[in-house]
Amino acid sequence: MELLIKNGFVFDPTNGVKGEKMDIAVSDGKIVEKVNERKAKKIDASGMIVMPGGVDIHCHIAGSEVNTGRLLRPEDHFKDFERKTSTTRSGVGYSIPSTFTTGYRYARMGYTTIMNPSMPPLEAKHTHEELSDTPMVDKASYPLLGDWWFVLEYLKDGKIEECARYIAWIMSSTKGYAIKIVNPGGLEAWGFGHNVSSIDDQVPCFCITPREIIRGLCKVNKLLNLPHTIHVHTNNLGKPGNYQTALETMKCVEDLYDGNKPAIHITHCQFSAFKGDDWASLQSGAEEIANYVNTHSHVTLDMGQVIFTDTTTMTADGPFQYTLYELSGNKWVNHDVETETSAGIVPFRYRRKRYVHAVQWSIGLELALLIKDPWKIFMTTDHPNGGPFTSYPKIIAWFMSKKAREAALKRINPRARSRSLLPTIDRELNFYDIAVVTRAGQAKALGLINKGHLGVGADADIAIYNVNPEKTDPSRKYKLVRRAFKRAAYTVKDGKIVVKDGEVLKHVEGATMWLDVQSLEPAKITDDVKRRFREYWTVEYENYPVTEDYLEVSNPIPIKACV
Amino acid sequence: MIKLTPAKEFQFPINAECINPDVLSGKTREEIEKLKIWEGNKPKKIGELFKVEENRTENPLEKEAAITIHGNVSKARRIGADMKNGEIVILGDVGMHLGEEMKGGKITVHGNVDSWAGSMMKNGTIEIHGNAGNYLGAPYRGCSEGMHGGKIIVNGNVGTEAGAHMKKGIIKIYGSAGQFVGFRMCDGTIYIQKDAEPRAGACMTSGKIVIGGFLESVLPSFTIDSIKGKVKIEENEVAEGPFYLFLGDRVEHGDGKLYVFKTKNPHLSHYEKYL
Repeated sequence: MELLIKNGFVFDPTNGVKGEKMDIAVSDGKIVEKVNERKAKKIDASGMIVMPGGVDIHCHIAGSEVNTGRLLRPEDHFKDFERKTSTTRSGVGYSIPSTFTTGYRYARMGYTTIMNPSMPPLEAKHTHEELSDTPMVDKASYPLLGDWWFVLEYLKDGKIEECARYIAWIMSSTKGYAIKIVNPGGLEAWGFGHNVSSIDDQVPCFCITPREIIRGLCKVNKLLNLPHTIHVHTNNLGKPGNYQTALETMKCVEDLYDGNKPAIHITHCQFSAFKGDDWASLQSGAEEIANYVNTHSHVTLDMGQVIFTDTTTMTADGPFQYTLYELSGNKWVNHDVETETSAGIVPFRYRRKRYVHAVQWSIGLELALLIKDPWKIFMTTDHPNGGPFTSYPKIIAWFMSKKAREAALKRINPRARSRSLLPTIDRELNFYDIAVVTRAGQAKALGLINKGHLGVGADADIAIYNVNPEKTDPSRKYKLVRRAFKRAAYTVKDGKIVVKDGEVLKHVEGATMWLDVQSLEPAKITDDVKRRFREYWTVEYENYPVTEDYLEVSNPIPIKACV
Repeated sequence: MIKLTPAKEFQFPINAECINPDVLSGKTREEIEKLKIWEGNKPKKIGELFKVEENRTENPLEKEAAITIHGNVSKARRIGADMKNGEIVILGDVGMHLGEEMKGGKITVHGNVDSWAGSMMKNGTIEIHGNAGNYLGAPYRGCSEGMHGGKIIVNGNVGTEAGAHMKKGIIKIYGSAGQFVGFRMCDGTIYIQKDAEPRAGACMTSGKIVIGGFLESVLPSFTIDSIKGKVKIEENEVAEGPFYLFLGDRVEHGDGKLYVFKTKNPHLSHYEKYL
């Protein structure tokens, strides 16, 4: 099918298009030079913004922990539900919506690619079952490898190349996309009821430090030529004073930067940018982190913005989630995933009148605004940890309008307001920057060649928003911008119009992307490895991998490794 | 005043949140008859399920009411949900979720009510002259947003988990109560004139439960504090003692107050040696 999007103001940062009026031609799900104007279906986008489909680098939408969250929180469902329509399926949930609703809500906001950032390899099958049931978007998942026993053992012995071969094997067998590291070493320690408190602490039983894990996996990432960098959730997350740990984590891979591709991605950085000795003296460490990132190119970040609402926190960071339970006294789940990782879930309400929550809200925005290069910091809420992804339009409004930020500042805790850096920041992002932080930058960081831009040959994932950049001043009319980004005028997925005026027209399946890493020499699966699976895992080696036919729509990305 | 009479004996659940003074006031009989109401999975109009009349009455029970319902509506759910003003009088039994999240006004029932009456209510009054089901004033399963204010008075007995997660307000039960009365309550007052089944006040962190009848046992996570002569229930209402005062639930580091009538509970006298 051919499609022609006419007269829109196109924002395509990857190709340097800054709001020029032009037509976008689509044929067979790809963007092409031109189409037969008479035959093609036309969309009149005059007075509207045309952007590539949104890309979300970090949002927990599938897997056993999300599902456990759904079970834990019936109260999240009964107030937010969507009825079945002739095209869509019914669904429930606000902070942890059911899979179908997740897909529809993303598509309504013009998002077409999303990344599920934590998949314990043992739970890969469950994760892929849920991802297959998430329609409208292309998706991928990052396996949690920072505390995987084989990784710890190989890195302890300094066998980087062998470790790389095993990771190549695990990446293909769990159908994963990037190396996710959560609280390196801390999760292994959590199995014994402990945690690590700095990146130079010893991990019990393994004689290795978090620094060695991060550096080792960063080297592995390079040896395997993986498209994304290592995706790191830092040690000490959610503890006052942890901005120093975040800085040390970034510094520890400084020398591994080769000059063109970043070496590390620090995820939901807001939770790692706390300054102060305890909760009472908590302050923002955003300035220090921003200063570092502004002078170094080997690092990318995402925000993990906090939204004042009732949400569900879920991470693989078991010890952090336990701390959160102790703080909130809420119901909780904690889980040690055998030899691989841990996990925890606690419902949480961020209140604007609470000092700590208000400071957190401020830190996220300070980070995004103080880091000068939008290609280095991306918009996320770490859904659902900071708030549901449906709040993205709010964040866009705060980015684009100082007035919007001032309106929000007026309502937060007065002590947090007086300490916030936001009143001193005049920077307002324009639509071009928004296109970077919500799609182009994220696609670039992820190494997605066909996503996040509108050049010829790219996937025809397009979002059209009904706001006129020539007539609308977003800094004054931020409510209009918020409304426009909440309900895309059109969302095009693989060349098909799937959303019009914020309503889903068509239910389409998205593909699951995964890396088919071809190492020069395959990992040696010795009898010893099989024996360990038999002894330490609840799943036998033969049943461990996820086969390709398990995925509803499979999109393997072949990668040639150097080992 | 609007008088509603069920046109038939209902077989399926009715979702009757439109029976609410805020919705019906100012509408004529014809307009009311056209309002949408769900019977099972079918959308219907009020006029198909109820006989609607506008009348004035001198009956003192229903004189002030904006809406009166005559007859058995035990299949009708969510009557008076979210209501802010006015009064509903029901002469007959009524179904689940009566006055859910009610913010003001009054509901009087001359009959029995089913579970979740006054669930998550914020303000207003519910008066029940018969018995009430389980989860009186309590939120749905999993939710911790209990009663935030208002008053519930039950002249009969109530089922289990009355006043669970209560945060403010008062529940007065002039009959007896089932298990787990005041489960996880944070504040507010629950008064039970007669007996209560065990596990009263489980996981409570604050607030007050007064049991004027027999209580088989007090949870081991409660400690005895003292014996009180009388307890204030609300303005102008005092329960005469003596009462044992227990503090708990220590499992949740709580210091809620559980008063148990001494005279009717001689089996609890062994606690006195810890005083």
